[in-house]
Amino acid sequence: MATPNDLNAAIAVTRFGLGARPGEIATASADPQGWVRRQIRRAGADRPQEAPETSATRIKAFRAYRQDRRAMEREADGEVAADRDPVQIAARMLREDTAVDFLARARLAATTPAGFRERWTLFWCNHFTVSAVKLLTATVTGPFEQEAIRPRVFGRFEDMLVASSAHPAMLMYLDQAQSVGPHSPAAAFLRRRPMPGVGGGLNENLAREILELHTVGVDAGYSQDDVTEFARALTGWSVGGLREVEDQQGEYVFRMPAHEPGGRTVMGKTYAAAGLDQGLAILKDLAAHPATARHICTKIARHFVADDPPPALVARLEATWKATNGDLGHVAETLVAAPEAWDPAPRKLKTPYEFLISSWRAIGGQPGAIEHIAPPLNAMGMRAFSAPSPKGWSDEAMTWAAPDAIIKRMSWAEGFSAVVAADLDPSPIAAGALGARLSEPVRKAVARAESRQEALSVLLMSPEFQRR
Amino acid sequence: MTRLTPSRRSLLAAAGGRGLSVSFMGRAAFADDAVGRRKFVTVVARGGMDGLSVSPPVGDPDYEGLRGRIAIPAGAALKLDSTFALHPALAGVHALALKGQARIAPAIASPDRARSHFEAQDVLESGGAMVYAASSGFLNRALTAAGGRRIEALSVGATAPLILRGPVQTASWSPGPSGEGSPRLPAILADLYAGDPLLAPALASGLQTVAMAPTAQEGVGDMSAPVDAADDGVAGFVRRGQNTARTLGKTVAGFMTQAGGPQIVAISVDGWDTHANQGAAEGQLATRLLYLDALLMGLNEGLGAAWNDTVVVVATEFGRTARINGTGGTDHGTGSTAIVLGGALKPGGIIGDWPTLRAEALFEGRDTRPTLDMRGLFKGVLADHLGLDRAALEGTVFPDSGAAAAVRGMV
Repeated sequence: MATPNDLNAAIAVTRFGLGARPGEIATASADPQGWVRRQIRRAGADRPQEAPETSATRIKAFRAYRQDRRAMEREADGEVAADRDPVQIAARMLREDTAVDFLARARLAATTPAGFRERWTLFWCNHFTVSAVKLLTATVTGPFEQEAIRPRVFGRFEDMLVASSAHPAMLMYLDQAQSVGPHSPAAAFLRRRPMPGVGGGLNENLAREILELHTVGVDAGYSQDDVTEFARALTGWSVGGLREVEDQQGEYVFRMPAHEPGGRTVMGKTYAAAGLDQGLAILKDLAAHPATARHICTKIARHFVADDPPPALVARLEATWKATNGDLGHVAETLVAAPEAWDPAPRKLKTPYEFLISSWRAIGGQPGAIEHIAPPLNAMGMRAFSAPSPKGWSDEAMTWAAPDAIIKRMSWAEGFSAVVAADLDPSPIAAGALGARLSEPVRKAVARAESRQEALSVLLMSPEFQRR
Repeated sequence: MTRLTPSRRSLLAAAGGRGLSVSFMGRAAFADDAVGRRKFVTVVARGGMDGLSVSPPVGDPDYEGLRGRIAIPAGAALKLDSTFALHPALAGVHALALKGQARIAPAIASPDRARSHFEAQDVLESGGAMVYAASSGFLNRALTAAGGRRIEALSVGATAPLILRGPVQTASWSPGPSGEGSPRLPAILADLYAGDPLLAPALASGLQTVAMAPTAQEGVGDMSAPVDAADDGVAGFVRRGQNTARTLGKTVAGFMTQAGGPQIVAISVDGWDTHANQGAAEGQLATRLLYLDALLMGLNEGLGAAWNDTVVVVATEFGRTARINGTGGTDHGTGSTAIVLGGALKPGGIIGDWPTLRAEALFEGRDTRPTLDMRGLFKGVLADHLGLDRAALEGTVFPDSGAAAAVRGMV
């Protein structure tokens, strides 16, 4: 007979966490809420790799490739040996560097005993999306998550916002690194001595997306003038280039000569001319803006509980956010303590990444090579590290439940089961993966399947495994 | 002991027998209805496609000055009339335009003015008068509004675009293996999904499309096959992309020309957010346009005779700033270009008025001023091509769109 704690344990591990590994639900059943809460820690997220390559290293490598390529184009006029072809070198770099990072991240997700901590972390990685769809940022998504996001997931939101906005990966992804104040000394210099490929003017992309996506949200009442003013304030935030001293190359740098002179007004507040501090002051105010609390708490509730999140839950999160000045550890604790978050109805459809990771967890396994995870994610519309826009991946079932996507999930489940099912006993796997959430029809269908492979496919494709 | 297993196809028929599928049997009911043959494809260019590069107004006296080094040189552009040309990458579209089978709407926009990708895409695809005014896509509501007639719709891509989301289950398909697995699994899942409002119809529709895929892909070539073994480097990369896009277009056409195939298709094309180094006749944006052209030509080729019953609309959420920005690109703007093409089209000049690029004509001093509401363009196509009536168009498909008059007479 299932007790309320049994059901809550299943919810703790599958909804707050990333899916159950064998025995995990039983472990959580003594104190399901405590099992989640104990994963919150000041030190932040786990690290997928012990000694990862830094974004600065990757950026320098990419710039070196571009220099080589230009040199070669000048010399060779197209006739380049395959092993020296810069396009092929870049392709290999993009493939291999990205694969190392992504596989490490997937293996952490598949094996961690702190599934809630990693899910919470992935939420923030998605909130501050740096997508590998741009050639320039293709190899720095992993380092960005590691350097800017993971250490701060249970710290203050303001700190994460500043770390993200000043990270070379974000500065390049949203075109900030090249933005120059139109009345700055650097712009005047570029007008006298134009350089090919260097614009010498304003780019408002990062400023707009910080307002719209990272902080207050599109309906907060800011205007085009606010976007432009904020973009002016951020001029000078850049990435050290090959002319900079060695230890600044590929790192965040503030270039005062590129900074637009003068005071700025953003959303009704004025900021004195103060170089780097001007942008920092605006970020600080945006982090503390009530619209930011509303915007992000709604996203948190949507991610964990329902596409159309319960207003009472959003209100609880918002209250904690405001009372603690955006302390994310406290916001996480409020989420875990909220009764709305433990509603037995599983209202979230897993994203493809969540589906694959939870499948490995269910059998107590992990992906052994990038080929085990990147191609199926691609087929299901969630290419590794490559969110389609700065908005990140959708958190809504309607995006992921297209007929084609369900067929792709089914095909993958069959292929996966064919490889792994031979040594497994499906019924205990089903009980371990879903606990008290396992329904009678699915339990029976797993037990009655004509092969282990079919049984595991049925489990993975069952409505309760597809949802959380 | 070996026993014969039923093929997945026969199993699909079995699943259909349980009432799981609404559309396994196709649409023989109105095969001889002229409207029933008509096809409509929407291509959503996501990211803010730069209309001033797609259809450069090379005859507008302010164009070159505003655009600087990203202006498409008049000598390279493909001339349409005394003012407009097409980008040199759109050679296929240009050839159709010369036959009267492609037109541009050079100053078009959705009613949204926020310059946010996500809000503007929502408004474009939902057909609402403002953001969050509607949570379903206007093409889905158009399917309902088509009355008793059942129209099949297909979205291309692994994720479901808003434009086709809504109460009517629509099909979706994306390239990639969906090989023959256990023939029992779909039936078991269909049982377990019974009563599940999300998974049951999605599975049924997916299985039907899987059954159609082999026919759709007959003779279209392999998407991943290298064009030429020696074709390496950037040029080869671009040619492979064009090949993929053309093959995709032909495959989609292969679905549409089958009995029971979709009449309405939505395709998304990403990568238009050119804030930096967008290039001119060549470069980043030119490559995207080469892919777009290849996709459209693949559709044209694959549809064959059915092209004469087809209208395609290429639309984007907003245009880009009229002026080049500080980083060799353009920022989020307002008016952009839509391309309307198809054998069903009547020849004609540009759709809507050209506001010019004079300083005082620019919207908020920075963007192409929209003179045409995107909803008016779609209303015109849905009315004249697919026979939707005015009441449905004004009432449910595009609510509160009275100010956006339908552009009639294009078809």
